[in-house]
Amino acid sequence: MLSYLVRRIVGGITVLAFVSIFVFGLFFVIPADPARLACGKSCTPELMAEIRHGLELDQPLQVQYFRFVKGIFFGRTYLPGTEAALHCTAPCLGYSYQTDELVTNLLKDRVPATLSIAIGASILWVLIGLSSGILSALRRGTWIDKFSQGFALAGASLQIYFVGLVLQFIFVDKLAWFHAPGYVSPFEDPKEWALEMILPWLTLGFLLSAIYARLTRAGMIEVMSEDYIRTARAKGLSNRTIKFKHVLRAALTPIVTVFGLDLGGLLGGAVITEYVFNIPGLGKLATEAVTNVDLPIIVGTVLLAAVFIVVANILVDLLYMVLDPKVRLS
Amino acid sequence: MSEPILKVKDFTVEFWVDGVWYPAAINMNFQIAPGEVLAIVGESGSGKSTTGMGLMSLLATNARMTGSVQVKGHEMIGAKPSVLRKYRGKEVAYIFQEPMTALNPVYTIGFQIVETLRTHFDMGPNQAKDRAIELLTLVDIPNPAGSFNKYPHQLSGGQRQRAMIAQALACDPGLLVADEPTTALDVTVQAEILDLMRGLKDKLNSAILLITHDMGVVADMADEILVMKDGLTVEHGTADEIFNRPSHPYTKELLGAVPKLGSSVKRILKADPSKGSAPVLNLENVTIEYPKRGRIPAFTAVKEFNLQIFPGEIVGLVGESGSGKTTVGRAAIGLLPIKAGKIEIVGTDISHATQKDLFAIRRHTGIVFQDPASSLNPRLPIGESIGEPIFLAGIAKGEALNKKIEDLLDQVELPRSYRNRYPHELSGGQRQRIGIARALALTPDLLIADEPTSALDVSVQARFLDLLQDLQDKLKFACLFISHDLAVVDILTHRIAVMQDGRLVEVGERDQILKHAKDPYTQRLIAAVPVPNPAEQKIRREARLAAIKK
Repeated sequence: MLSYLVRRIVGGITVLAFVSIFVFGLFFVIPADPARLACGKSCTPELMAEIRHGLELDQPLQVQYFRFVKGIFFGRTYLPGTEAALHCTAPCLGYSYQTDELVTNLLKDRVPATLSIAIGASILWVLIGLSSGILSALRRGTWIDKFSQGFALAGASLQIYFVGLVLQFIFVDKLAWFHAPGYVSPFEDPKEWALEMILPWLTLGFLLSAIYARLTRAGMIEVMSEDYIRTARAKGLSNRTIKFKHVLRAALTPIVTVFGLDLGGLLGGAVITEYVFNIPGLGKLATEAVTNVDLPIIVGTVLLAAVFIVVANILVDLLYMVLDPKVRLS
Repeated sequence: MSEPILKVKDFTVEFWVDGVWYPAAINMNFQIAPGEVLAIVGESGSGKSTTGMGLMSLLATNARMTGSVQVKGHEMIGAKPSVLRKYRGKEVAYIFQEPMTALNPVYTIGFQIVETLRTHFDMGPNQAKDRAIELLTLVDIPNPAGSFNKYPHQLSGGQRQRAMIAQALACDPGLLVADEPTTALDVTVQAEILDLMRGLKDKLNSAILLITHDMGVVADMADEILVMKDGLTVEHGTADEIFNRPSHPYTKELLGAVPKLGSSVKRILKADPSKGSAPVLNLENVTIEYPKRGRIPAFTAVKEFNLQIFPGEIVGLVGESGSGKTTVGRAAIGLLPIKAGKIEIVGTDISHATQKDLFAIRRHTGIVFQDPASSLNPRLPIGESIGEPIFLAGIAKGEALNKKIEDLLDQVELPRSYRNRYPHELSGGQRQRIGIARALALTPDLLIADEPTSALDVSVQARFLDLLQDLQDKLKFACLFISHDLAVVDILTHRIAVMQDGRLVEVGERDQILKHAKDPYTQRLIAAVPVPNPAEQKIRREARLAAIKK
């Protein structure tokens, strides 16, 4: 069990190392010169050389990479010994010349908003998805099933920017139940935080619950025809025990996999959602960085997203061990 | 005779399918007293399982039960679900066929037994655990306290079935419904489980409703027998009456179709294996290993295996599941690589053959698989399935190919018009005929038949074996016939090879193996096969138990 966990973590770290090498390679292969981009309009050759030195672009690529990795673990100082010396504490993910900020600080600003969206929405979509899937499976063929399947199909076929705008029009502009989406720290004003976040939650929850509803329904219906469910009935168990302890339990395993991937992906930045609702999250930061070819920020966001996905996957594997004894014991 | 536990009167089960009620079991009448075993026998689709499940309303929601089913005097038909639940598991407990799928894979067997106990009795967790361990001890599971925490996949097939029985016995039920309880098990394990059930029945004085297609099992267990066909009770009588004086033609037919081990009326094997010539298949010191996968270590499935098959000869390969017989069959035609040793087919060494070499070899070999339903492509009409090997070998196409396909269908005694049908439109027996037609399409020198009859009913099996024999007479191919069923091997083969744990235990002429086996393993295997004759089976059983005690 412990060795399994260690192996999974080592594997995750390997993945992250490869991702970091790969994104870092961007500096080398991209046609645009990062120093030129950072230099701005009133650029002189001297200034270019200075920036190049400051960005350490005059060093060989492997040295740059090594310093970058070292910075993540031990922090680093840019332009040491000069008056422009800038210390960046670990985990240091680089320095964005265009915005004149440390990437780590930029990310720190943006993570809470994305985290708020992802966690709130995931709770909502699991609740909606599982309950409508369970209801469908238990009342197969009835109008409840048909309605919930239709609901799921609508969710699967609509787009965030459409649903998001429609909901915003209804609940914010017309009914004024919720506030215009945005981000306020929940530690400063929890009520305002919730009122501004509720629309993104509802939108994502509605759209993403579709796949969960379908997976739950299909899984439960499949498990219900298993021999061991017949055994459970023959034992005299009540319907409730059979449905929840035996059927749902077995149907949960594939759902956990999808959930881990979805949540990991969303934590890396809900790009469209953040755009539609104008929320300053990681996704928005990443797209802006791409537009401006701000490489240090791109590297930072990609790495952070990779960390989220790797961690989510390790958590899924751990959950799998709990849910499926065959995985645990083999 | 004491008061019966179960009284079934005019019991009918119907299924609502596409707007019509289809009867599955019609006007059943029987009763069982404590300590008695009633066997319901019949072929698949006869309604025997439906009857068993219908007693406690365990069928799907499209089923309708009418008539009367009384358990200890209480009516079950039309009873409220809450009442039914009280009787299920407590008064009437079930044992199902495949304990791997009938036990929930994500819970320990201990948990599942405790769940049964606590559903019916007001018991604390510790008390229930003690009782569960007591039950596991009762069914002779090794290390009961340790097995309590094991998951079904960690136990062997026989142990799983013992756990299933322990669960069924949890509440001291008056009636055990055993639906094909030993069908998925090896003969030796089957004999142990039947012994266990017999012992428990005597100890607990419970009644057993045994549902099975295996006449040997019936002869071993039943006091009374009810024969079913197409939902109707064909004959009902004591074991002695049914086996020794069957009155209904169907009962006679059913008993006649059962292959009997070492019976006096035996077909004379017409084909004369030409021993003098070179073997068609030659396996010399063959070792086959399944390579290491991740942390699962490499597994040697077959060790230093030697066997020759000569032209026109049928050799039976028998052994329990996991003994490596299928592995040998697959390797023999180059479907699996071998680790050491030598395999020759028709004089060609294929031990280290490339895919291309094997392509040529496969024109001389054919294989019939166990499950005809899954070994035929469901999206191809059967004519194409049969014609494919001929077409791929470039032997015939167009009109000539059509002619060949028709000839092959004639050979396996299926109408030519069937060529445009799909596998799901055929019965199991017909599908297996297609499997053999495909295997014989290139008139191979060697046919590998891997448990071709184990998915078939006895009467269908008997016809299939006849056909295989006729074809072999005509075409004179050599055949490696892999089976766990000694009686089938007895009918068909010239020589028998016995395998255990990847090793060849014994090989010899059929009669020599079946009547004068030298190896104790072979002797045990033969002794474990139940014969469809209650009196004889009783003698065999006692002899076997005496041998084990020694």
